[in-house]
Amino acid sequence: MIPEFGHFALILAFCLSLAQAVFPLVGAATGNRQFMALARPAAAGQFVFCAVAYAALAYAFLTDDFSVRFVALHSNSELPTFYKFAAVWGGHEGSLLFWTTVLAIWTLAVAVTGRAQPEAFSSRVIGVLGIVSAGMLAFTLLTSNPFDRLGLEMPVDGNDLNPLLQDPAMVLHPPMLYIGYVGLSVPFAFAVAALLTGRLDREMARWTRPWVLGPWIFLTLGIALGSWWAYYELGWGGWWFWDPVENASFMPWLVATALIHSLVVTEKRGLFKSWTVLLAITAFSLSFFGTFLTRSGILISVHAFASDPARGLFLLMLLALITGGALMLYAFRAKDLAGEGGFTLLSRDAFLLANNILLTIAAAFVLFGTLYPLFLDALGFREISAGPPYFNVVFLIPMLPMAVLLGIGMHAAWRKTPPDLLRRKLKWPAVFAVAAGATLPWIVFGRASVLSTIGLAIGLWVVATSLVDPIMRRLGRGATGAPITRAQWGMYVAHLGLGLFILGVTVTESYDTELDRAVRPGETWHTGGYDFEFVGLRDVQGPNYTAVEGEFEVRRGEKLVTVLRPQKRVYRVRQDPMTEAAIDAALHRDIFIALGQSLGGDAWSVRVRVKPLISFLWIGAVVIALGGLIAVTDRRHRVQPAEQAERVRVAPVPRPASRPAEGH
Amino acid sequence: MVRILVACLMLVLATPLAFAIEGELGFDDPAMNERYRSLLREIRCPKCLNTSIADSDALIAADLRREVHQKMAEGHTDKEIVDYLVSRYGEFVVYRPPLQPSTWALWGAPPVLLLIGVIVFARILRDRARQPLDEDPIS
Amino acid sequence: MWRYAMPIVLFAVLGVFLYRGLYLNPGSLESPLVGRPAPEFSLPSLEDPLREVGSDDFAGQVALLNVWATWCVGCRQEHPYLLELARTSGIPIYGLNWKDDRAAALEWLARLGDPYVASAFDSEGDVAIDWGVYGAPETFLIGRDGTVLHKHIGPLMPEIWRRDFLPKIAKECGSLPCPLVDGEE
Repeated sequence: MIPEFGHFALILAFCLSLAQAVFPLVGAATGNRQFMALARPAAAGQFVFCAVAYAALAYAFLTDDFSVRFVALHSNSELPTFYKFAAVWGGHEGSLLFWTTVLAIWTLAVAVTGRAQPEAFSSRVIGVLGIVSAGMLAFTLLTSNPFDRLGLEMPVDGNDLNPLLQDPAMVLHPPMLYIGYVGLSVPFAFAVAALLTGRLDREMARWTRPWVLGPWIFLTLGIALGSWWAYYELGWGGWWFWDPVENASFMPWLVATALIHSLVVTEKRGLFKSWTVLLAITAFSLSFFGTFLTRSGILISVHAFASDPARGLFLLMLLALITGGALMLYAFRAKDLAGEGGFTLLSRDAFLLANNILLTIAAAFVLFGTLYPLFLDALGFREISAGPPYFNVVFLIPMLPMAVLLGIGMHAAWRKTPPDLLRRKLKWPAVFAVAAGATLPWIVFGRASVLSTIGLAIGLWVVATSLVDPIMRRLGRGATGAPITRAQWGMYVAHLGLGLFILGVTVTESYDTELDRAVRPGETWHTGGYDFEFVGLRDVQGPNYTAVEGEFEVRRGEKLVTVLRPQKRVYRVRQDPMTEAAIDAALHRDIFIALGQSLGGDAWSVRVRVKPLISFLWIGAVVIALGGLIAVTDRRHRVQPAEQAERVRVAPVPRPASRPAEGH
Repeated sequence: MVRILVACLMLVLATPLAFAIEGELGFDDPAMNERYRSLLREIRCPKCLNTSIADSDALIAADLRREVHQKMAEGHTDKEIVDYLVSRYGEFVVYRPPLQPSTWALWGAPPVLLLIGVIVFARILRDRARQPLDEDPIS
Repeated sequence: MWRYAMPIVLFAVLGVFLYRGLYLNPGSLESPLVGRPAPEFSLPSLEDPLREVGSDDFAGQVALLNVWATWCVGCRQEHPYLLELARTSGIPIYGLNWKDDRAAALEWLARLGDPYVASAFDSEGDVAIDWGVYGAPETFLIGRDGTVLHKHIGPLMPEIWRRDFLPKIAKECGSLPCPLVDGEE
């Protein structure tokens, strides 16, 4: 009964989403206030029914209701309860339900906080979100109903959750990503509403900012979690592969990052308006495109894994409706959004322009490289592969100059900056970055390449330029009056995170040690500065798997550093062999061991990796997200319009244009 | 997420798990080993959707590793080995797309796009530099 | 004005490709060997390790080379049809027994029937790599001059035989009947 109830709730949610789409938009267009007043109740109702449907599916999982097809395919009575709950989003249908529920939550949040905005504007925002909800709910109901019953062929027990997903990080990774992806629908709706209204003033840009930063924080963490998971769970020690689906999550991130920066210009100077709108449309479109890529099988359906063109077609049509509609509107309306105002080469504005161009180009490269094999296939050429060797080269082209410019841009003032000021602030960071970049690799590792030197210098440059302002203030030197705002702190912290990330990538990619080796118990060897001993093997029983566990002692000189116990698991239901790597993580390096294959008897092939500074990848990502979080808490984003207007009227303190920028 | 699919598929495909042959694991000479490992990373496992043969547990990947190992031991250059594999499995098998008519756009697009970016930047800057620097407060 | 319309134009172009992409199969790779001379090989015979089986055996004939193994599910699936082809098509089928256990393979042939004129035993998989084999089963059609005419990945089924193989065989043989080689059995 409960699953039918859930199905019914989902149908009601769809009906309400239609109401949420139609009435507010029509009301805003015709000035009908009663219609507009329906926006919030409809959004609230849609949320309630999505939540009910979600709870019904979760209930089916927790009670092992294997008469529901989706539950039978993705759960098992032996599965730990924690994973039963996570299994709700562990497959196509359930993750769609999660998607729509998250969208309903974001919509509700916008509806509740948007009361202070002009009624027509906020009605349009809620209406546009209603269109997206209606589309996705229709897709779920028509092609991927998670509540389908199996009828007579109901199995005694379920097929189990994919063992790769039975992992704490994997439980969090998809929801984080979805919350981020889906959250980008809010700035999208703001952008479309701005186009419909025909104007985008600085105030609207200010409202939009937290709605970009929020999803962006989730995306950042989601991508980092996925990368971390791939690193320790897939058993070969890689952390990024430029795989189409990794790219699908990375492209919206790049564009959302550009959007954050472009919004600043729109907010502070009233410029780049149409560009900001275009980025907001693109960011959400790319998230949606990612959904399409992962669910249509368009790029990854090889051999037996037949894709479902019906689902793909539905999503493509939805993409055409949502993105196509928004871009069509953009084509006709964007010219109304032109902004007046000048700036010079040495200005915050110009650096942010460069940032935007470079980030957009980077996203375009990733998109182009991801789809190129498809283009060739569609045009009848022989298929090719574009993998890490291609993307690594191409991605660095815009990213290296961007990282260099970012260090200067942070300290540039709006409109124009006296070169003196920049020289004073940046002289020491530049000297430090170049000197340390050129010498550190030799001192620490005894060797250097062009790329590792450049990477280190740039990473140190970004770190130093992010810290220079706070440090100079603390030392009481070069302080320029106003205290650092929350938004500014956010910028410094996020950029510091990027610098740490660059350092991590450079060092771990340049100086890691890889060894694949056949070993027998008792055998010892030396690699990457450590002595390893293969002590022995034993059998281990898990809750729903059995495993062979190897024991390895790692020594440095005489000192025992760690004992690592990698496993090779076989999950009972699916009988999939899984590699569970063992990692000794430290700030300065990870030691990674994974069991490869049994070579007969007690002999095993093992993968040993010593990866210096890889922790900086995850730390960097977390610090980047933290920067976003600090920026969100800037109270100016939450100031109500009336109060804001009041403040401006009371105290419009004109400031000299040559001052270093405050806020961003 | 694709990794999950990849992993699922690898299991569906009709290949038993490989028994690693010790020869495929690497070379004793560090420079040679480094060359071997980076070559493996550039070759796509033809049957595992999207993993390099360095990272795949599939049967065919182990065979290809052994083939690469053997050819390197015989003194073949990286290019000879890659050319051999391309002649057997097609361009699909290498992650670094070769420069040929069908990939001119792939390799050509990045520099062209970057050039367009520079031009766009210069033109916007030129237009903006002509406009007055308004003195509105920046909050 | 036109620059504001550029995004929608680019999106439309992308949409067309994506639409086409939905109906393409990115896995259907044509072997680069097609149209080129078949790689030469010589391996121990499955039945008798002392005897050699190799590309010389089918020189001058139109022949099939079928990659198979006992651990492969698809091979079991296509097996009855291979037996039928061996009886009726007049085209000799050679087997490449790939990374298999000799005893198991012999038992399989004894139990299910042997469609092969001869099977080469490729325990290491070296020859399979030379032929660009992805997995089992795969079937190559080889022309009289030793050129690879076609490669099929997956179980060989009647409709595939009629659609992909027969036209190429007809073209290779022209109006003449293809030389029917007496099987060695």
